[in-house]
Amino acid sequence: MNFQPVFLTTDILIYVLLATVIGFGVYASHHAHLSAPWRQVARRPMAMAALVVLLAYVTLGLMDSVHFRRTQNGPGTAPNAYSGEVMSLLDYVATPLRVRVERTYSAPFAAQAYTMETVEYPDGRRTREYPRLQFGGAHLKELDGRSADIVRHTLWATLSGLALWLLLVFTFSFAWRKREESLALSARRFWRGESPVPWRTILAAVGVLIVLAVNAIVLSSYYHILGTDQVGQDVFFKSLKSIRTGLVIGTLTTLIALPFAVLFGIMAGYFRGWVDDVIQYFYTTLSSIPGVLLIAAAILSLQVYVANHPETFDSSMARADIRLLFLCLILGVTSWTSLCRLLRGETLKLREVDYIQAAHALGASHISIMARHILPNVMHIILITVVLDFSGLVLAEAVLSYVGVGVDPTMESWGNMINGARLEMAREPIVWWSLVSAFVFMFGLVLSANLFSDAVRDAFDPRLRK
Amino acid sequence: MIAYIVRRLLYAIPILVGVNLITFTLFFFVNSPDDMARIHLGIKRVTPDAIVKWKQDHGYDKPLVYNKSALGGAKLTDTLFFRHSIRLFAFDFGSSDDGRDIRYDISQRMWPSLAIALPIFLVGLLVYLTFALLLVFFRRSYLDTAGVVTCVVMMSISTLFYVIAGQFLVSMLLRLTPISGYDTGLAAIKFLILPVLVGVISGIGSSTRLYRAFFIEEINKDYVRTARAKGLSELRVLFRHVLKNAMIPILTGVVVVIPLLFTGSLILESFFGIPGLGSYTIDAINSQDFAIVRAMVFLGSVLYIMGLIFTDIAYTLVDPRVRLS
Repeated sequence: MNFQPVFLTTDILIYVLLATVIGFGVYASHHAHLSAPWRQVARRPMAMAALVVLLAYVTLGLMDSVHFRRTQNGPGTAPNAYSGEVMSLLDYVATPLRVRVERTYSAPFAAQAYTMETVEYPDGRRTREYPRLQFGGAHLKELDGRSADIVRHTLWATLSGLALWLLLVFTFSFAWRKREESLALSARRFWRGESPVPWRTILAAVGVLIVLAVNAIVLSSYYHILGTDQVGQDVFFKSLKSIRTGLVIGTLTTLIALPFAVLFGIMAGYFRGWVDDVIQYFYTTLSSIPGVLLIAAAILSLQVYVANHPETFDSSMARADIRLLFLCLILGVTSWTSLCRLLRGETLKLREVDYIQAAHALGASHISIMARHILPNVMHIILITVVLDFSGLVLAEAVLSYVGVGVDPTMESWGNMINGARLEMAREPIVWWSLVSAFVFMFGLVLSANLFSDAVRDAFDPRLRK
Repeated sequence: MIAYIVRRLLYAIPILVGVNLITFTLFFFVNSPDDMARIHLGIKRVTPDAIVKWKQDHGYDKPLVYNKSALGGAKLTDTLFFRHSIRLFAFDFGSSDDGRDIRYDISQRMWPSLAIALPIFLVGLLVYLTFALLLVFFRRSYLDTAGVVTCVVMMSISTLFYVIAGQFLVSMLLRLTPISGYDTGLAAIKFLILPVLVGVISGIGSSTRLYRAFFIEEINKDYVRTARAKGLSELRVLFRHVLKNAMIPILTGVVVVIPLLFTGSLILESFFGIPGLGSYTIDAINSQDFAIVRAMVFLGSVLYIMGLIFTDIAYTLVDPRVRLS
């Protein structure tokens, strides 16, 4: 089987972002003044637990950002119904979830359909009943055994998850143990949390995640653990696919807005005078336009553009991707102004400071003063804003998709899931699982991002530094 | 003071011009009237005649900025720019795609918007300030920690969840209020209770936490220590000194939204079926009625600029150190 890599625009930007973050991490680890605040973050148990959850989300999101196309002419492969279609690594790994599509709604862990249907038997008899699902619980011979089966699988998964975790803890404790220390002593040291980095909390969080993940993997190979949606797709799979959308909106938006905000903010504060006036006028104008309307206008324009250029955006995936990118861009336009204002204010203060005056006196150029003396000193503001904005943007995606100006309707996102669930709430009995899954997944990401960003702010904000 | 306000009002004009230029560019250059017609008539299978007719019907059949075929001053006035952009300054919004007068619609729809946004604003402010003061009063206690954790959890929940959960719990399960709808006069109250409740609750997390941070910042300052050293009670310190001084950062965020209360809330209004400006906007976006969107953009920026001016005036009222000049 041949794999042909496909790079969507957002994929490339994600790789750039990832490379930047890794590069900065390596650079910071060699410079004490850059890594000191991060060490402070690393000492907060809550922040580290949140980081573990965040990393789990990021891993799934990154897996979903590696796209490829499978070609049919591979040697010795059976013709695959999905060949030629662009897939991501996550699609590939979760193939069972992706292809096991029911006919319509089914409740979480159900073995029967959600609505009554008329079933015709071979002998001509017709009955109204809840038909068995094609895949969910298909291994069960009798429906009565369903709860016992679920309990058995959960138990097995939990135990193997715990075993996996214990193995991890064991390996870790060997690496962590000091050389001359007795095993009992190091165990006690670990158990009491007597380490600068709260390993106890981290490992506990990892343990919870591993047990949950193993449970999800085991159970979802027998059941639709979060049910199926109207067209019979697995809701758990949809929720996993939505992670990428949320992460892209949360990170790329800031990435796009950042250069403008930093450049204009510092220039306005540094040069003052007419430069300041022009930049201030610019951002006051932009920020006075109601954000939703600006986004709506821009998205409507994009729709027209895409409709007029069908040759550039040949696949629905490319169309969805360009819309996602454009949404990030326009969200960036509406969100850069507050950071710009903050940076302007800070630069106004900084330019009067002695070391800037000294740099002036030594004949440093404007550009080098701005880049080498002012930028490093406003870095904490930039970082705090970026981290704080993330969760707001993830939440905004849901609202915008609800209003109809969010990501492409064909793209999996929590906003689209919630939007689709509005009619389901009116059904009798109600279909709640799509909605609840979207909210729970979104809540997990936003809560951990909020907790982590709190720690980052506390560590970087000089006013809060003790 | 008056001179300052006049100057600020004059300063608002170039900003409004800028807003107008941006919307004009977005709606007429990026997205030409031909495209608009095509969207409305369906993307495919549109005859050129149909486009011309649609443009004529909706008044989009003029040149963009300069009309060569007109006479005298009409060269500039008989254009799309003048008719659809300059006229906004006179609050002349023209008519929507289905032929209704936008100005009349807005003047009718802003009252329901206000009826839901104003109670949310007032009750919300009261609730958030009370909670924040309570947390500060019990600072560094378990109550404070629990409160802050609750705030972080609450602000991590999507507004949509509060709306849907509120409708499900209060309207569908308990049947206390109607699910959605609106009525005129006092009969509207039963429709307003739930949206207001949801609106206030969805803001608790972020606002309480923000105000608590403002209070904590003030409480660490020297004058507070002096006040305590004088022997004032903690309550008196909180209300007479901390609250008063924390008013400045609080006002920055609060006053600017007062004029925008008129434009209402998109989500609440559309979920609860309230015929206000928020649902008006959403309907316009969904039916791609650009005339309404343009009008709302203009209205929104006018109100935002008014909010900025109010903020500056409010500063002078609470902070005697600030002088407008």
